[in-house]
Amino acid sequence: MPLHTKKPRSPTSVSPGGSPGAILLGQTCLHQGPGQKTSLSVLEGMGFRVGQALGERLPQETLAFREELDVLKFLCKDLWVAVFQKQMDSLRTNHQGTYVLQDNSFPLLIRMASGPQYLEEAPKFLAFTCGLLRGTLSTLGIKSLVTASVASLPTCKFQVVIQKT
Amino acid sequence: MSRQANRGTESKKMSSELFTLTYGALVTQLCKDYENDEDVNKQLDKMGYNIGVRLIEDFLARSNVGRCHDFRETADVIAKVAFKMYLGITPSITNWSPAGDEFSLILENNPLVDFVELPDNHSSLIYSNLLCGVLRGALEMVQMAVEAKFVQDTLKGDGVTEIRMRFIRRIEDNLPAGEE
Repeated sequence: MPLHTKKPRSPTSVSPGGSPGAILLGQTCLHQGPGQKTSLSVLEGMGFRVGQALGERLPQETLAFREELDVLKFLCKDLWVAVFQKQMDSLRTNHQGTYVLQDNSFPLLIRMASGPQYLEEAPKFLAFTCGLLRGTLSTLGIKSLVTASVASLPTCKFQVVIQKT
Repeated sequence: MSRQANRGTESKKMSSELFTLTYGALVTQLCKDYENDEDVNKQLDKMGYNIGVRLIEDFLARSNVGRCHDFRETADVIAKVAFKMYLGITPSITNWSPAGDEFSLILENNPLVDFVELPDNHSSLIYSNLLCGVLRGALEMVQMAVEAKFVQDTLKGDGVTEIRMRFIRRIEDNLPAGEE
């Protein structure tokens, strides 16, 4: 795993009491000083391990999914509510293993100016969450690639591409 | 139990585990980044401070508590309102100094350390040091300079986790640097 050049401060986190704590933790800790490069892959890796561990702690009945689509729906509803206190706004698929999950007011971006002003900063706030999705999927038996894209804050899309082994 | 109720409890449980897991991932990463525990402790404190200076606004907005008149009131608000709101626990307040400028917060359980064990080579790591920074940063924004530090830690074998809070001085309203 590539190592970052300077130390990233932290990934996002969630307070049991509510998302304001989570958002503040994420925003605060992702501020980088001049000349520092964030390592998005480190953040994504952390999200992945957390997602894996989280997936392992889910009760068995939750895991009795019939289809891949049910798993994605679970991510959009249960996981998203647990982490962000809201559901994903839309889920689309081509029925061939690619899913696009769209959040129109992603809580980690919501405190920043809407629109294109902070597009460059947005990936730092998404990396951990991509890993989280990928990790949870991994524990649920699904190998995937998860990327995020933002055209205009605070709307973002997570693209999940199922990897056929 | 209705499916709806099940969903709610599941959510909450996942949310709280996610918190613990993510904090653990953070500390683990910091231990990789910095060679020694002291530096990790400092970094956790600094991060906590950065969180605290902003969290206070959220706290004041959501809790509707008025201005505290003395350190005792402050202690009550911290333990009964703030900790409850953000960590779901209510530490007890003990060991007041005779001058009323120091007290201890006793945490019987600390959500940050669920399922955590400190490995032997990290004996001077103050795992939850982020909390001390949060307290320090938040109180600074309401004109109080304080020191917060862990004096007991269940992770190190102590029976309880104890944070010692010390009032240093009142901060006079200063204009931010750069303004006349």
